[in-house]
Parts: sequence; C-alpha cells; structure tokens
Amino acid sequence: MADAGEPEGPERKDDIVKAKQEGKELTKEEKQRLRKEKKQQKKSKEKKDDKPSRDSEKEKKPASAASPAPQTPTQPPAQKAPSAAPAPVPVPASETPSAADKPAKSKAELKAERRARQEAERASKGKKGDVGPQAAPGKPKAPPSELQPVVKRLPEHVQVDNPEVLKKLAKKLERQQTPEYNAATKVKIPLRSDYGYKVSLFSHLHQYSRKAPLTQQLGIPSTVIHPAIVRLGLQYSQGIVAGSNARSVALLHAFKQVIRDYTTPPNEELSRDLVNRLKPYISFLNQCRPLSASMGNAIKYIKKEISNIPSQCKEEEAKRKLLNCIDCYINEKIVLAAKAIAKYSIEKISDGDVILVYGCSSLVNHILCEAFEKNRKFRVIVVDSRPRLEGREALRRLVQKGINCTYVLISAVSYILPEVSKVFLGAHALLANGYVMSRVGTSQIALVAKAFNVPVLVCCETYKFCERVQTDSFVSNELDDPDDLIVTRTGTTQLEHWQEVPSLGLLNLVYDVTPPDFVDLVITDLGMIPCTSVPVVLRVKNVDQ
Amino acid sequence: SDNDCLKLVEYFRAQMRKDPDMASAVAAIRTLLEFLKRDKGETILGLRESLKWATDCLTGEDSSVAVSSGGELFLRFISLTSLEHQDLSRCKKVMEERGELFLEKISMSRTKVAKLCHTFIKDGAKILTHSYSRVVLRVLEKAAAEKKRFSVYVTESQPDSAGRQMAEALRKLNVPVTVVLDAAVGYVLEKVDLVIVGAEGVVESGGIINKIGTYQMAVCSKAHNKPFYVVAESFKFVRLYPLNQQDVPDKFKYKADTLKTVQNLSEEHPMIDYTPPSLITLLFTDLGVLTPSAVSDELIKLYL
Repeated sequence: MADAGEPEGPERKDDIVKAKQEGKELTKEEKQRLRKEKKQQKKSKEKKDDKPSRDSEKEKKPASAASPAPQTPTQPPAQKAPSAAPAPVPVPASETPSAADKPAKSKAELKAERRARQEAERASKGKKGDVGPQAAPGKPKAPPSELQPVVKRLPEHVQVDNPEVLKKLAKKLERQQTPEYNAATKVKIPLRSDYGYKVSLFSHLHQYSRKAPLTQQLGIPSTVIHPAIVRLGLQYSQGIVAGSNARSVALLHAFKQVIRDYTTPPNEELSRDLVNRLKPYISFLNQCRPLSASMGNAIKYIKKEISNIPSQCKEEEAKRKLLNCIDCYINEKIVLAAKAIAKYSIEKISDGDVILVYGCSSLVNHILCEAFEKNRKFRVIVVDSRPRLEGREALRRLVQKGINCTYVLISAVSYILPEVSKVFLGAHALLANGYVMSRVGTSQIALVAKAFNVPVLVCCETYKFCERVQTDSFVSNELDDPDDLIVTRTGTTQLEHWQEVPSLGLLNLVYDVTPPDFVDLVITDLGMIPCTSVPVVLRVKNVDQ
Repeated sequence: SDNDCLKLVEYFRAQMRKDPDMASAVAAIRTLLEFLKRDKGETILGLRESLKWATDCLTGEDSSVAVSSGGELFLRFISLTSLEHQDLSRCKKVMEERGELFLEKISMSRTKVAKLCHTFIKDGAKILTHSYSRVVLRVLEKAAAEKKRFSVYVTESQPDSAGRQMAEALRKLNVPVTVVLDAAVGYVLEKVDLVIVGAEGVVESGGIINKIGTYQMAVCSKAHNKPFYVVAESFKFVRLYPLNQQDVPDKFKYKADTLKTVQNLSEEHPMIDYTPPSLITLLFTDLGVLTPSAVSDELIKLYL
C-alpha cells in the first residue's frame, strides 16, 4: 500500500509545499492528499516492524479502552522526522533504510517494549470494538458494535500493579501531543504517582494524595493545557467540585470555554482537529481524578457532535452550533430530567411517610424539596458517614426548606429502620447488569432495608446509564486519599504515623455496587422501571441515536 | 353527557350478557370501538378526549384493572399510526380499522395463552388454582383436550364464592376437582405439583394484581418450592408500579359500587391484592412465555 502511493507522492507533495509557502489556504483535496500521505508514511514505517497493522490496532485498543477517547495518532508531519517508531528485530533488507532513521535504542529496551506490546495484544484480543465515536481518520479498527451489548473488560490503566502496563501508560501520555505543525510545543501530561501503602485487594487501583496535585508538575506558563481545564482538574482533585452531576456540568462548561477559545489551525478541519485537541485535556482530567460514568457519556456525546460538523461549515457557525449542543445537553439530560424524575417520585411519596436518604445526592434533595412544596407531609432521616460527612450538606439544604429532619450516622441504621417507610438513594452510575454504583455505604443501607422489608427507590437520570458490567466493588473503584481517615472528631490523630507501621494500611473507598435484588424501583426520566430493565433502556437509547 | 354515559354502560352490559365468557376488558373495548364509530367529534384531539372520557365512564361501572388498562392500550394502539390525512373522516376510518384489528388480536389472545401453557401440565399433575378465572379455565380445557389426566384443587375464594363457579365449570369437563377453604392453602400445598392463577392486571415490576388471597398462595408456594404460574392476556399490562399492598390505588381495590356509595373505605375489605415479582416463576401471555423481569421490557415496547 505504501509502495503504490510512493510514485505520485513526491510530485503532489511539491505542490502542497508550494501552496503552503505561498500561504494559500489548502483546498479540501490537497488537505486530503496531505493526510493520506501522512497515513502512508506512518504505515510504511510500521510495516517494517514485526507486527504490521496489528501494531496500530493494538496501540489503539488498550489506549482506547483506557480513556473514553479512542487513541488515533494522526501523526503530524513531525513524525516524518526520525521519531519514536520502535526499531524491530533484524528483518531482511527493507530494514536498513528505516534503521538509519531510527534513534539508537538498546536491544534490551526494545525487547521489553515488544514484550509489553505482546501482552497488550493478548489482553486486547478478547475485547470487542470501542463503542466510542470514531472521530479521527480511521486506521483499520474493529467496527464499533453498537447494536450488540458491548462487554468491556477491565481497562489497562486500572492495572496499577503491573509495571509493564504502567510503562505503556507513561509512554502514551508522552506521546499525546497537540497536533502542531512545528513540533516545538509538545504537551507533556505528567504521570501522577501513587501515595502510600495500598491494601492488597485494591493494589490494582491508583491512590493519590490530595497534597500533591497534578498541577504542581506542570510548568508555568502551561500554554498547552487550557487554563479552564487546569482549573477544573484542580477543583476535581481537591474535592471542591464533587458529586456526579456537578462534575459533569463543570466539565461541559469548561469544554464550552475551550471551544470558544479555539481557532482552527490553517491546514486542518475543525471536526478532526478539535477532537484531537480535547484528548490531552481528558487524559489530564483523568489523572487528576478518574472520570465518572456520567462524564464519560458526556464526552462521547461531545465528540460525536464535533465529528458530525459538516466540513463546509464556517468556524464561527460551527462553534456556535457546538455551544448550543452542549447547552441543550445540559438542559435536557440534567435539568429537565430532574423535573421529570421529581414528577414521578412525588406520586410515590404519600402523607405520613418517613423517608431515609443517604449522603448528599443533588437529585434526591431536589425531589424532596419539590415534594415539600407540593404540600406532602413527610419527614426525613439523613444518614451520614465518615470521612466525607456529605450528609451535613443535605441536612442543611433540607432544613433550610423547612423539612422535618433527623440526622444519624450509618452505624445506627438498623436502629432507626423500623421507623422508616421508604428509602431514597441517588446513584453515580447504573450498570448494564442492573447493579447500582453509588457512594460507599449505599449497598449496606439497601441490604439492611431489604432485611426490614422497606422499599428501596433509586433515582437516576438516563445519561448516567453505562454499558459496563460489574458484580463486585473490587474490580473497578476509586481510592481516595488515605490521610483523610487520620483525623477524628476530637481532633486527635493517633493514626498520624501510619506510614511507619509496615503492617498497617488505610483504605478510603469512594464507591460500591448494590445488586438489583435489593433495589425495588428505579425512577428515571423515562419513567419507573425495575432494576433489571436497565439494558432495555440502553438498547432503546442506542436505537434512537 | 350523563345520558351518554348511561347509554355506554348499557351497551357494555349488553355485550357482557351476550357472551358471558368474554373478558370484561374485551367488552369494554368493543364498547369503545362502537363509541368511536358513533362519535361526531371534529378534531383528533377531541376524539381522544372523548375516548378517555368513555373509558372513565366504563371504569365507573366495572372497576377492574383490566378495563382501565385495556382502554388505555386501545387508545394507544389506534393512535399509533400516522394520522396525516387531511380529512378527518379518513383518519377516523383508519382508527376504526386499527380498532377492529386490535379487537381481533385480543380475541385470539386466550387461545394463544392456552396453547403455550398446556404443555406445562404433565400427565398426573395436581394443580392448585384460585377463584374463577376464564383464562385458567381455557388452559385446563386445552390440557384436557390433549388427553392429559390431572386433578384440580380450587379455593373457595370468599367473599363472593367464585371458586364454586370454577369447580362447576371444571366438573363439566370431567376433571376431578376439590373445593378447599381459603385458609387451607398451606395445608394442601404439599400435595400439589404446580399453582396456576389468572390475573386482573400485570404491573410494571412484573408482579400481578389478582383476587384477594393470591398473595398468600404465592408466599406459601415459594415456601414449598412449588412453581407459581400466572396466565394473563397482554391487554392486562398496566403502567402501575406498586411498592407494597398499600401502594395499590384505591380505585382498583374495591368494587365500583362500593367506591361510589361508601364513605369510609378503611372499613371495607379490599377485593384484590398485589403479588410481587419475586414470588412468580413464569407468566404466560399472548406475547410469549415471560419471566417477571421481561414484563417491563414488553411494557416499554407497548407503551413507549
């Protein structure tokens, strides 16, 4: 393929170089030709490897599973220069020209890299195609199977105890560049390092310290990551913006700012370039705090919208359209959905009810305030747990409205449950097998409520439904800063020197999953459904799109 | 408009008298179809409004869940087509044709259910059933016609002793039948192989609403590990989601005339109860054999 292209290549290239030098805007044809050439060059380089096209697929598959964005290295012309394409095992004559270009690498390093690639390839063989949108010019990739349910295996970035995977991740972050034609400004997303001893059952997850935010490792000025994104990353990692809906809305607003400040570089199309511009930002945010399912869905939507912009659209109009799309998304999926869910929930709240809520869910608080305004007579029991003590925020909001509230800690749940008539829970995500992923402690409450025969209602918008499947809380979770557990109510810190005790580990989990047998009803903006019908809603949504 | 209501109810009663074997929901739908044909509305919206009013009228006569669900499904079915003709009478014709189609489909539903269910009755089986259900009767008829030998226990089902009616009908089929007290369900369960009941309504969670005493039977059969089968036609699927017994709306719990005459409902005894989906093994409907969690899937398809 590369060979077939060669003869015409050089002539056309001259044309294009001339056009560039004359400062003319490249026509669409020329842009396509340029892209094709870049592709061919990359292919001819990679063909000389041990594993030809599989290499690009492989690099893509683990990478694509790792972040919601598929990794498609649209190589800028920088890669025409001798660059990071790994030199292979001695292979016949065609090797010699490429060997001349490649930087000298030691045999051992190469072997290690190849082994890592092989591992990744073996791991990725079981995976089906990425459901995410194929934004950039596609290299051959397994077609996204959107009509069949996608079973995603554990993404490789969540294998923190596997050193080869870590090395690959570091390389991937290095390689993520903003596509500038002069290779001078390369974005380097720093790799955040883990902190402290990790409990062995969770050693495959990251554990970061809040005192070492990722932004300290960025140079000043960080011209390559948009300041709105840097600010957002800091807000996430310090816990200033917390809660599933709040994080998604903040993300979308930051993206709106990025789009407003974006200008298309001279030889690129907005629909392709903007998506590539967003990728390093998403990796950065992921390093600050792992993305939630709702954020993942929002990002998928934005990428789809961007790649659907017709190429003849003017930049101003395209930007306006995108900003409009984002506003619509926020309005429909979050604001209006909350209103619809409140309407359905109010039917389920009768006078004289005693309602139990856990932690601070913006949706549940909204429902209770609405029901109170519609003059339903009920009282609320707020259950709270350390170290976040989010229940206090919920308590503040409800008491401000004038609702009769009681406040207990989670250890007292079996004591007050005989008084309770209904339990309302919020959700972080609803998984495809009907499991509810929510703040740690939720499944405990659901279990105890089931034992007391109290109905459990989960409220969740449909944009939080994700196609992942999980049956336990170990395989994929988030570990928060273990230092949060040190301080107690009286201010004594007996655990202050926990790092010095080798047999002691502190575990600060963030999420857990509740099986569908404990949940009686899920209230979504589409109506009231049983927990086992989540895949039906996902199917209906996919058909709609 | 009261006069019209009375006329509707008369027609409904006439339909029920004509064919006592017909489900009350089917009679209601026939009445609605007739109403549609005679209606002199000028707009589609007006047509829908008057159909809704007619359904309410009929629920005032017969308060069962099936009448209300059947009415709503009828309305959805006929308006689910493209009504983009300029002419109102053309639209009406389309709606009437759809209505006839709907009626035809549901008249066949009992036969379909019987065909699916009778294979689950093995030779020599002992069956327990509750109160008088025409669908269960049809299933047992089909099984008897297939030369299967089985015997049936029927509960008396107070306060209206409908179980005795069921026993009579079964004796005519030469099926050995025993009438038991409602309180004897736990006692008799160790002797039976399976339990089959009908349903007045199938709710979104996959549970059913049926004559009072069904919930007890379901709990006992779960304790004894006996399969609990429900037979119901698809027009009984309703968009309710009760969380417990109290959550079922009052308008379904009591008979229509009780609702109209009595002041204090808490002194009246409810006629139906709710059986949660965890106690049901399978549902036999004209849409196929479903597990309780698949009911929601079908409901989403029917209603959305």
